[in-house]
Formats: sequence, C-alpha cells, structure tokens
Amino acid sequence: MTLFELSKSGRIGYELPNNNIEDFEIEIPEHLLRKKPPKLPELNEVDIVRHYTNLASKNYSVDVDFYPLGSCTMKYNPKFNEKMASIDNFTLIHPYQPVETVQGSLSLMYELKNMLCEITGMDDMTLQPAAGAHGELTGILIAKAYHLSKGDTKRIKAIVPDSAHGTNPASARMAGFEVVEIKSGPDGRVDLNELEKALGDDVAVLMLTNPNTLGLFEKDIDKITEMVHKAGALLYYDGANLNALLGRTRPGDMGFDIVHLNLHKTFSTPHGMGGPGSGPVGVKKHLAKFLPIPEIIKDGDVFKLNYNKPDSIGMVRSFYGNFSVMVRAYVYIKTMGNDGLKKVGHMAVLNANYLRKKVEKIMPIAYPDICMHEFVSTCENLTKETGVKALDIAKRLLDYGVHAPTMYFPLIVHEDFMIEPTETESKDTLDNFAEILKKIFEEARQNPDLVKNAPYNTPVRRLDDVTASRKPIFKFNFKGDK
Amino acid sequence: MHRYIPHTEEEINEMLNEIGVKSLEDLYVGVPKTIDNYNFENGKDEFTLKNEIIKLSQKNKIFKPENIFMGAGIYFHHIPTIVEHLANNQRFVTAYTPYQAEVSQGTLQALFEYQTMMCELTGMEVANSSMYDGATALAEAMLMAVRINNRHKILVSKAINPEYIKVSKTYCTPQNIEIEEISWTDEGTIDLDDLKNKIDADTSAVVVGYPNFFGVIEDLKLIKENLPEKIIFIVVSEPISLALLEPPKTFGADIVVGEGQSLGITPNFGGPGIGFFTTLEKYVRKMPGRIIGETKDIEGKKGYVMILQTREQHIRRAKATSNICSNHALMALYNAIYMATMGPQGLKQVALMSYNAAHYLSKKLEEKGYKRVFSGPFLNEFAFTVNEKYKEKWHELALNDFLGPIPLEFIYPELKNIALACCTEVNTKESINALLKNF
Repeated sequence: MTLFELSKSGRIGYELPNNNIEDFEIEIPEHLLRKKPPKLPELNEVDIVRHYTNLASKNYSVDVDFYPLGSCTMKYNPKFNEKMASIDNFTLIHPYQPVETVQGSLSLMYELKNMLCEITGMDDMTLQPAAGAHGELTGILIAKAYHLSKGDTKRIKAIVPDSAHGTNPASARMAGFEVVEIKSGPDGRVDLNELEKALGDDVAVLMLTNPNTLGLFEKDIDKITEMVHKAGALLYYDGANLNALLGRTRPGDMGFDIVHLNLHKTFSTPHGMGGPGSGPVGVKKHLAKFLPIPEIIKDGDVFKLNYNKPDSIGMVRSFYGNFSVMVRAYVYIKTMGNDGLKKVGHMAVLNANYLRKKVEKIMPIAYPDICMHEFVSTCENLTKETGVKALDIAKRLLDYGVHAPTMYFPLIVHEDFMIEPTETESKDTLDNFAEILKKIFEEARQNPDLVKNAPYNTPVRRLDDVTASRKPIFKFNFKGDK
Repeated sequence: MHRYIPHTEEEINEMLNEIGVKSLEDLYVGVPKTIDNYNFENGKDEFTLKNEIIKLSQKNKIFKPENIFMGAGIYFHHIPTIVEHLANNQRFVTAYTPYQAEVSQGTLQALFEYQTMMCELTGMEVANSSMYDGATALAEAMLMAVRINNRHKILVSKAINPEYIKVSKTYCTPQNIEIEEISWTDEGTIDLDDLKNKIDADTSAVVVGYPNFFGVIEDLKLIKENLPEKIIFIVVSEPISLALLEPPKTFGADIVVGEGQSLGITPNFGGPGIGFFTTLEKYVRKMPGRIIGETKDIEGKKGYVMILQTREQHIRRAKATSNICSNHALMALYNAIYMATMGPQGLKQVALMSYNAAHYLSKKLEEKGYKRVFSGPFLNEFAFTVNEKYKEKWHELALNDFLGPIPLEFIYPELKNIALACCTEVNTKESINALLKNF
C-alpha cells in the first residue's frame, strides 16, 4: 500500500510550536497564491512509522547479509561513524556561520584532506565533489584547465579503456572532451600498442582505474605513465578500486596526476540506497591552483575558507561538500589508523583471491590470474548448455538470501559476474556464498526453469522492467486524475 | 585483529593454502610496494576516539533554533523526531542503488512516493529520484534545456542564489554554453526589459527564482508572457514555499529544480542536502538522473523498478544525459518522510508561520528606521539596509548567541551595507524581540 492510499482527510501527524506571532495579511498577488493544496498524504504518526518500517523490511542491505557487488566495495558501515556524524555540533551548523563558529568542522575537513593526500600520495585535495562521478567531472575539468593555461587548445580528446566504468566516458563528455575508447589486451589490461596509437598531441588525459574493473593490476603502469606524460597528457586515477591498494602502494607513487576517491567505498561510509557519497579529488602540486573554490586553509591556528584562486575551475557544487559523509570517513580512518588501513587492503585482496579459487570450481574466471580486490567470472558455458543466464542466477541468489554480484559489467566479458567480497566478510560468509552458487549451478543443469523463473522468496517476483520503461508510470495515479 | 576485520590467524593460513600461495606478499605479483607506513597514527579505540571527536565538535558553535535568522539557501525548520528515526533504519542506510529490484522494494517504493510528492508540490509531471544539491540540479537543468532545443545561451536572473550561478558556469562553459545574467529591479524581481533585450535566436532557457535569493516572489505569469516559444522556462524554487505559492507548472514552467534541504534535513554545514529535479513528461528522455516507475511482477503484483535507464551512463556511456551515478537517495527518503508527516496542512502552516515571523521582524525593523531594500512581495526572507558596522556586529551577535541576518557583501561583493534576514516557524516573538535589541 502506498502512503497515498493510507491517507485519510483531516488526519495529522505533526505538531508545531506556538510562536506567539499574529497573522499578517498575505501581501502576495492573488494569482501567485496556491489554489489547490498539494495531494500530500494525511497520516497519523504511527501510520508513518509502520509504513516506513515495513518498507525497510523489504530491503536487502549490508546489515542483512553479504553484498558482493563488484566495484561497489560494499563493506560494513560502522555504527560508531553514524553516531559521530549525528552529533548536533556537526549537523546543526549553517554553512554561512561566522568562520570562528565553525572551526571544528573546518579542522576536521583540513585533517581529513591531509590524511587522504597521504593515502593517495597526492599534494593537495578538494573535498567538495558529492560523488565519484562528480569527482571525475571535477578532475577532468582540472585537466582541461591545465592544458588551456599553457595555451594548448588542441587537446580535445580523453582516452578511456573499454573496461572503464560508464561514468568515465560520461564525465569526459560533460567536460567537453571527445572520448576515445581503447581495447583491452588479451590479459585484460591496457594494450600498450592500442594506447600508443591513441596518444597524440590532441589527447588531454588518460582515465585509468587501477586495479581495473577486472580486478587486475595494470602491471605496465610505469610504462603507461611514461607514455602518457611523454605525449604531454595527464594521467587520471579513478579511485573506485582504491581499497585493493591500501597498505601497498599509492596512485601518486605510480605517477598519476589527478585522483578521485569514493569515501562511500574505500572509507566505509554507507551507500544510502544510492547516495549521498563523497568524491574528493586529489592532485599533484602543479595542478593545485586549479582545484575548485573554496579551499580550506590554515592560517596560524585558525582555519579559513579561501575563495581567491584565480586559476580555479570554479565551484562544482554549493558550499563545501557532503560534510556528514566526511565525518564518517574521518572517524573510519582514525579508527583504523595506519596499522588498520594496511590490514584492510591485505584482507580485501586475500578474500577476493580465496573466493576466486572457490568460484573457479563452479565457473571460469574471465582472466584467470591472481587478482586484487575483485574478479570477474562468466557463466557463458552454462548459458549455452542450459539457457540459464547470469541474470537468472542473480535472481536465484536472492532466493538464498544473498545479494547478486554486479552483472554484465565490464562490457568486455559476457554473462559475467563481477565479485568483490571486501575485507569485512569472514571466510564462513565466502564459503557459504560459494556453496549457494554451486547449488544454483546444479539446479540450472537439472531444472533450468526453476532458475529462470527465480526469485520466489522475495517480496515481489521478477518484475517487468521492459513495460515499465515502455509505458512509464512516474508517480502515483490519484483517483480522478487524467 | 580488528573489530571490523573478522579473519583469525588460522583462517588466514587456511585461505592462503586454498589459494596456493605461501604469504600475503605472493598475492601482490607485479604490484610495487611503495609504502611501509602511512604518516599518521595507528588506530584508536572507540572510547578514546569518541572523546576526541566530541571535543573537536565543540569547536563549533551551535545556536538555539529560535535565535537563527540566517537562511540564504539553507534553512532551520522543526524536524519531527520520526524523520531521522525512520530514515536511520539501517536497511535503508546500508542498501545500495536498487539494481536488484526484487530485494529493493523498500527503496523503490519510498522513492516513487517521493517523486509523486515532488510532482504535487511543483505541479510538474515527472520527478527524478534526486540530484546532489540545488546548484547541480540547476546546472543539469541548463544542460537539459540545451539538449532539448539545441541552442547555447542561458539567461539567468542575477537574483537567484549566486552559488548556483557559479556552479552552472563551471558545468556549462566546457560545453560552450554561455550564461548571461539578467539584472533585478527595485522590486527585487527580474528586470523584464533587460531580459527582453538579451533574448535572441540562440537563447535556450531563462532561469528565475520563486522565491528568489532575496526572498522576493517573482511574477512567473508575467515572465512567461515575455518569453518567445521554444525557450525553456526553468524555475528554481524552495519546496516549503510551494505550500503557499501557486505551482510553477501553472505558469508554463518546463523544468523546476531546487534545494530540498528544508524538507526535513539538518543543515549539515551545507551537505548533504538534496537537489530536486522535476519536468514535463514530453522531456523525460532528456532528463538526467534515476527515475523510479511502477510495474508488475510475473504474478501481477504491483512493484517498482528503475526505468528509462538507457539515458544513463552505465548503459549509454559517453552519450548519457548526465554522468550522475551516486545520487542523494537517502536524502530523498528524509524529504518523503517529512512531507508524509507534515501533510498538506502542516506544510502550509510552516510556510504561513514563517511568513508571519518574517513580516513581524520586517515591520519592527522598519519601525526602528531600517529600510527594506526591495519592494516586491516576500515570503520568509528579505533584504534590509544596515550600516557599515554591521559586518563586525554580525560576529558580536554570534558571541551573544544569535545567528543574525547575513551581510550580503559576503555573497555579492557589490551589495554593501545590506543584510538578508530569514525567519521560519521556529523563531518566536520573544526571540525576534531579543534580536531587535541589537538593532
């Protein structure tokens, strides 16, 4: 039942304070005053509590069970972070308050920025971008500003590997670049010949995810860096998979010029059904002047916001970023510290390789090599044999109470699963997942229809998303409308 | 051992065995080791850290809600307890984007209901399930307008939130879209003569605030009458105002966007809030962001899924309508619960109480000789003249526990000796009278 069907005219769920102020005549022209009230629901408090509590119970989440979505880093979201982010002295702060009354927030942001620079090996950073893709756009605009500042106007292309996240080409396009996609080599990594062919004096930037979306480290990274820089272009690091590198190496050490991070991946802040996240962007010294305004600076013991950066790409959003998300990431880094963060990377890589070995017994791994934090497997053989597709297996997994991995991505592998266990999952959880997967493969061979018609045990059965897009229903249809 | 990492030593060895390697080091084939340690402290226990963070937070100063007279895009309203309580349900908080719809019906229905309520407030036909904030929602609206009519100039009222204009320029300039600002009149409304002069064959869209940044209510009807056909009419609005104001759709708005923080979200030092984005059905395929639609499962049971995904980056890549992936879905949930709690009456009462409080403050200031800067009708924010000492006075007010009207010079350097006051339903007559003693 929707809120609107539960609604009863005249019921209320709110109370407001009495401000002791008399009614003033409404001096707004008649035609600008609302004639018909919005059809918002009218509910009692308990109706609302039950509605949302019941809705929540229909959701799968990290707190329910294993969520092995590749490239999404669905690690456990610590409750202590939530608690600290909800402190009144952090949440009830207006962004335009006098600077002397927001020193706690600015201090936290300044320290977070410095810790993230240390983790990535970069020299300076902005915390403003609201999400990974927003960070990408910010980073690519910085690349653009850099070339233009040198009077170099012919660099109109951005190179993106075919295994890249869809946001990479989309962000490059938004920054006004022509996108050149290069094919991966037979080992799933950047093909240096393809790269060489694509590079030239019209290329502004190469966007690279390392480890890439197949979970493979770009072993030729030193060579790639050299080639890109020699061509006069910049190297951009998509931080979606940074979790794998914690405690081992840093994008800055590999020669990347620009980095974006996803605090909602590597740094444990919750995904919130799709957001809010946070996508800080770090740069090497020579690009610092292009970072967005305002920047947080320390002047003696006082933190300030500096808007005076003539070479900046400008503002990328209002105010200073998703502060509450930053608090969570800050608390996480402080909790893990140097010793803990190193362990995060190591255990993430251990878990992925262990699960890879388990899954390998069930279906082929697309690029059977030691992996980093994730790997890609394919059920193409099973599909040929039984007609059961990756999508069907994904739906059947839901019946067994675990979330499906990322599917049909990267685009260069067919009928694939991209599996990222993260470090917060135990061996038992991984064993259980492999057992379930094995069982589903057996089911597919014995009774393919059983799997093709899954799921059965979920709040709804398989949904018709084709009609949903062909004849879209965007909102609740109130009786009497249309 | 760490409380967030479950592996025992024994398990680590078993796992290495299964993989067929001797040590963790063997898993990093070809991955250079460039760091031994990060240059910061080791991890701290929860008890110690909690005290440190609370201490850090106390370097911020918070104000009693009734003593806050600053808005300018972020507002302090009463937030019913159940909003945060319900939105904090970890089955919402720790869920991912609803790619597996069958186990995401909670998310999907809540967002579908959110979209419905945003359509009700704005009068528009379609809402997406959120953008990052009001500024990026506007920037994306401009890009959408250009996709619709393939023209490359946007005319923006200078009386909308200046940060929105700055962000829009960051987004539009790389795509060779020109943004030109339209001045305001003595009433604080868009200057129609300036607008008409600047409209040409390459004008894609016109943007106005409703209410605008100065709190003034623009006459959307009059503005629309001055727009040639095919120009996309973009309205930036504040959702609580729409409980009192006629929806922009009535006056021919094509896209209505804005910041939704006022609907049940704490100020959070400016983020996260939420950008709302609404438009007409005929433009939906040009729209950015995720949209939730209603459908049925194979047994005919009602359910919800993400729809029209072929607009989005994970399918369309470089040809997507936007690069947006993560959005602000959880904040849409806050908005939805707030709207469901307040209902049509509650929301209107909030708007009216805010109106009354702001008009009371305005009247009292006028009695003390302060003048309103603009003569146009206003809702709960208004600009008034102050003397040159007010910039320092504003800091003194903070010491005396008032977050006073913001000196506008911080935001518009050309607007000297003007402050922007804001009232909501949480300001009382007593707190307003107490503030006035400082004027």
